[in-house]
Order: sequence, then C-alpha cells, then structure tokens
Amino acid sequence: MSEQVLARPDSAAAWVREKLFLGLEPRTYVRSLLTPANLVIAAILAAGLPCLVLRFAKGLGAVSNLSQSYPWGLWVAFDVVSGVALAAGGYTVACAVFVFGQKLYLPVLRAAILTGFLGYVLVLLGLLVDLGQPWRLPYQFFLTPGTTAVMYEVGWCVFLYLIVLALEFAPAALEWLGLDRLRKLLGGLTTGIIVLGVTLSTLHQSSLGAFFVMTPGKLHPLWYSPFLPVFFFISSIAAGIGMVIFESWVSHHAFDSRLDRKAHVDLDGITLGLSKAGAIVLFAYFFIRLQGLAASGRWDLLPTGWGAWWGFEMLVLVLLPSFLFAAAVRRLDVRLARAAAVLTVLGVLVNRFNVSLIAFNWTLPNRYVPALAEVLISLTLVTLGVVIFRWIVGRMPVLPGHVDLRHHS
Amino acid sequence: MPLDRRKLLKLAAAAGATAALPGPGGARAALSRPSKDARAVLVDTTNCVGCRSCEMACSEANKLPEPASDVDFESARATGPNQFTVVNKGAVKSPAGDDRFAKTQCMHCVEPACAAGCVVRALEKTENGPVIYHANRCLGCRYCMVACPFGVPKYEYGKAAPIVRKCTFCAERQAAGKPPACVEACPNEALVFGSRAELLVEAKKRVYANPGKYVPHIYGEEEAGGTSWLYISDVPLESLRLPGLIEQRSYPEMAERALSGVPFVITLWPPFLVGLWAMSKRRKAPGAGPRTEEEHHE
Repeated sequence: MSEQVLARPDSAAAWVREKLFLGLEPRTYVRSLLTPANLVIAAILAAGLPCLVLRFAKGLGAVSNLSQSYPWGLWVAFDVVSGVALAAGGYTVACAVFVFGQKLYLPVLRAAILTGFLGYVLVLLGLLVDLGQPWRLPYQFFLTPGTTAVMYEVGWCVFLYLIVLALEFAPAALEWLGLDRLRKLLGGLTTGIIVLGVTLSTLHQSSLGAFFVMTPGKLHPLWYSPFLPVFFFISSIAAGIGMVIFESWVSHHAFDSRLDRKAHVDLDGITLGLSKAGAIVLFAYFFIRLQGLAASGRWDLLPTGWGAWWGFEMLVLVLLPSFLFAAAVRRLDVRLARAAAVLTVLGVLVNRFNVSLIAFNWTLPNRYVPALAEVLISLTLVTLGVVIFRWIVGRMPVLPGHVDLRHHS
Repeated sequence: MPLDRRKLLKLAAAAGATAALPGPGGARAALSRPSKDARAVLVDTTNCVGCRSCEMACSEANKLPEPASDVDFESARATGPNQFTVVNKGAVKSPAGDDRFAKTQCMHCVEPACAAGCVVRALEKTENGPVIYHANRCLGCRYCMVACPFGVPKYEYGKAAPIVRKCTFCAERQAAGKPPACVEACPNEALVFGSRAELLVEAKKRVYANPGKYVPHIYGEEEAGGTSWLYISDVPLESLRLPGLIEQRSYPEMAERALSGVPFVITLWPPFLVGLWAMSKRRKAPGAGPRTEEEHHE
C-alpha cells in the first residue's frame, strides 16, 4: 500500500473538490450520484428516517411490537447482538496479520477494520434507538455502575473497543488527510492496540452470550447452555472470516474500475487462506455445540419441531459451510469459498436470532414479530453503514491498489 | 531477544490498561447481605377467597388507577405498568371443591436476577427484603425484564421517558414500621408478614402439622435461590398460575459463573498474544536482531 506524499492542493475549494467530490466539479459529482443503487438507498432512507423521528417523538410503543413478554426485539437481536458478531472481522484479521504474522492478509486488513469500526458504530446507534432513555447511556460508566452486570462488562469493552478500532483505522484516514507525522506516531502503537483489541473482542463477544446464561427457563434447552459465552466467541471468529471473504469480494467488484490493477492483490489466495481457517473454526464450533447438548443431556428434544430447526442450524449453517470451505481449499475453488462464507454469516445471524429472539420465550404462545417501522429503522441503520463504508473506501486508502486521485489525469 | 524494551512497555501498558478495567465483582457480592430479620410474606392460599382487596389497597398505596371491580377469573391476568399485583384463579379446585386463588407480584428474591443484571444499579436489593427501583438511574435497557425468571418488571412503552414498574414491597411503609398495604388489607389472613426465617418455620409447621392437607412444597423456599414471597396451598402450585420452570438455585450465581472467566482473559490474553507475536516474528527471520515494527506496514 505504497503512496507518495504529494504536495497539498493550493486552495480550500480545490481540497474540497479533490477530497469530497472525487476530483469532480460539484454539479458533475451530484449528477454522478443518480444511480439505481442510490435510488434504492434513498428510498430506504426516505422510509426509515421518519420512523426514527417517530420513535423518539412518540416512544418505543409507537413504532415497535416490543411488549411486556418480549422486552428485546429486532433491534437487540439484529443491530446489537448480530451486529457485534458480524463486525468481528476487524479483530480476527488483525490478529492473523499482527499476532500470527500472516502477512498474506495485509491487503484486506484495512477494509476489515473499517467494516468492524462501522459495524460497532451501528451497534451503538442501534442501542441508542432501543434504549428507553438513551441519553442515560453514560450512567453506567460515571454514575452508578452495576459491576455485577454482564452489560457493564459489555459496555466498557465495546466503549474501549470503539476507541481501539478508531485508532486502528486512523492511519488510513491520516494518510488521506496528508497528516504524516501523526500517522507515524500512531504506527508505533500498533501491536499494543491490536493485542488490546483482540482481548476486548474476546471479552465482549463472549459476554453477549453471557446475557442469556441467566435465562434457562426462557431459552429453549437446545440453545441454552452455561457455555453460551464460549459458543458466541468461537462463532464470532467464523462470522468475521465469512464477512471478510464476502466484503472483500463485494468491494473489489464494486470498486474495480477505481483500483490500480498493477497492485497485484492475491484476493484468491487470501480468500482460500481464510477458508482454511473457516473450515477449522466451524468444525470446532460444531463439536463444542454438540458437547453442550451432551452436557445438557436433552437429546430427547431433537425429534421435535425445535429439534429440527436446531438440526438445520447446525448441519446446514455450521457443518455444511465447514465442509464447503475445506472443499474449496482443496479444489482452489474461490466461488465455492464465497458461497460457504455466505452460509457461515447466515448461520451466525440465525444463531444470534435464535438465542435472543426465536428460541427465547419459546414456551409463550404469542410470538413477537417486528413491526414494519422496526424493520425500516434497522434497514436504515445498515444502509447508513453501507453508504459511509462506500464513501470512505472511495476516498481513503483502504483497498489495496487504491489510486490516489491526484494520480488521475 | 525478540522483545525489545519498547515492545515490553507497550505490552505492559496494554495488559495494565485492560487489567485496570473496573472488573465485574462477584455477582452476589454486590447484593446486600440479607439481614437475619429480612422481611417476607407467607401466602396461605387455602385462606384466599379472591376478594382482591389486596389489589385495591396496592393501587391506593401506590397511587395507581383503581383495578376493575369485576374480573373474569377465567383467563389469567398479568401485572402491568399500572398494576403491581393481580389475583388469579387456579385451574384446580381444592379437595373440598373450593376455588383457589393466588396473588402474584414481585417475589423480592433473596438474590434477585434483576439487581445483579442491572448495569446502573437501578434495581437494588435492600437488606430488609424489598428489591427497590431507582427510576432516576434507569436507562431502559430492559435486561431486568429479560433476566427475571418470574416475568415481573413491566415497562412503560407508551412514554417518552419510560421507566420500569413493579411491586415495591411497600418499602417506605416498611421503613415506617407498617406492613405492606396488601397484607394490611387482606381480610382473611391469607397474607402473613414477618421475618423470612420465621415464616419459613411457620410454613413448614402448617404443612407438616396437616399431612394430606397441604401440598408438601413451599413455593419460594428454593425457587430462584429463595424469594421473600412464600406460597403454600392444598392444590398443586403450578395450577395457581405461579410462574413455572423456575430453577431451584440462585440466578445471579449463573451469571457470576459466566463472568468468572473475565479476569483470566484480561490478564492472560495479552502476554499470550504477545508471545505468539514474538514467536511469529522470530520464525520469519531466525537469527535476526530486534526490528522496529514500522517495517510491518505497507
């Protein structure tokens, strides 16, 4: 990722044009935004932003199907619990590159960190939407900390980890802004930051599972386990691997025209390398889940409707992608690896939804179904994340082969 | 040696920073040690006639809307943000053919899951028994609702600044030496107020002195590790619309176990990871001296 330091643009207007408008005249830039994809994005935001306003104007009851029996709904299950798992690519790739010395993955590191950083920002936004009195969020740190609460540990870890991710991503932003001295200063902190990041991630990924350790009567026995923290931690690694494979594939495809082909990134090699890890992690995860079942002794629940659903999650969304990853590595089949990655991410999503929503309160006759406004708000948050990701990747040196616009003729 | 002084200082800083994080204490340690005199209520449902005076007294004492004067006992009612206690009819009649009723409200557990799980200590177990709620701390995460095995806390979803609502065990009245409003209102001595230790003895006395009358179980003795509201009856307690599937052990203890790994991760991960890092560096350039890490970039 080598870039020369060029002279700064000579005026504020030129800086704005170069940095923000991709070197185009403002009017040309705005016209370039009128793409079908952006129209879809605009439609989503047009539907979702009013819902957000309504949520804060009229309260949770006005926009959601949250109830006295279902205090946690789509926002917790998706934006918070799943969001954290899907943002795990940041720490897994950083660990692979800096702790295990696997330099092969360096080209996808910055994008993985950005995905992680934006993922956690979205988690925070989702939390602010879901909390009854979100302006009191700092109370847990400064006012009356509940040190026995799992949420206390999650709160601190996520807070510190957001700072870590910002510091991990900062070099890319500083390079973009041309602040090289600050950038060099940060470079010296890398190993410590990465180690801190992996430690914090281990803690809060597992603690999201710990939330449900106190709910044995409410969570279906096939999903309940005192080992939920371990399950959540291991599956977060798989989710991170799957997300990095998926995101690197989509980014390279979407930004293909803007990347320097001579940068010679071995994306296939990276994908297959990650697939190797994915196969192993998923296989291990399958077996520890099985051990959890053995520990609970509830084999009698397998031949039930819930058992079939559990079997589907385990066989189709955990064991199958493990085998597909292994096959992909053996046959050097990158497309198969990407399919496995999609199944893996889906599997973690389904698992998080099962634990926090679907298999939760499984004895209750009334099921919770998210209201349309809830879905729109979640969709809006994800869309915002994608838009910001795209904006940053289009401008800052995140993808390998990123061409500085000053080089464009 | 692969670790130069700079690396070591950074490692120490990272480990120190994470170790210095306010760690989660034992989940039970922060809960008040219950005083030997902690208050409880014994609910003898053989004396309850379903008059619902307790519901009326509760709403009056807590300035809540008055409950409906007539209820259809066929369907079970739940407490709500504006009703802290409800009386439900059991599905099974007594051996003598009478209807059986049971009052439900917050159980004021000896080791409450809600208080252990509250990130801002809005729910707090007092040493005299009541689990009280500080509305000015609550940020509305609703984890107490997730954690409570009895499904007690209720939320004001309709408000712009919502809070959690539940039975307070009339903590203020108790502090003034008075019994809870519901206990005072009960005309038939279905509710007996006293110290938990003494009431457990009383409950056992009634059960053992009347073999064949009472079902030999005191609901609340071991449920959730013990609650302040104890129920005895001559019909199966599950038939009284009392929450089932309650573990006979402390819920905060489960969370404490789940969190017990945290201090180990905080102190062991950093040296373990740095060790791996040092090993991977040495493998890449055997025999090379310590390098600066600027070479890692680009």
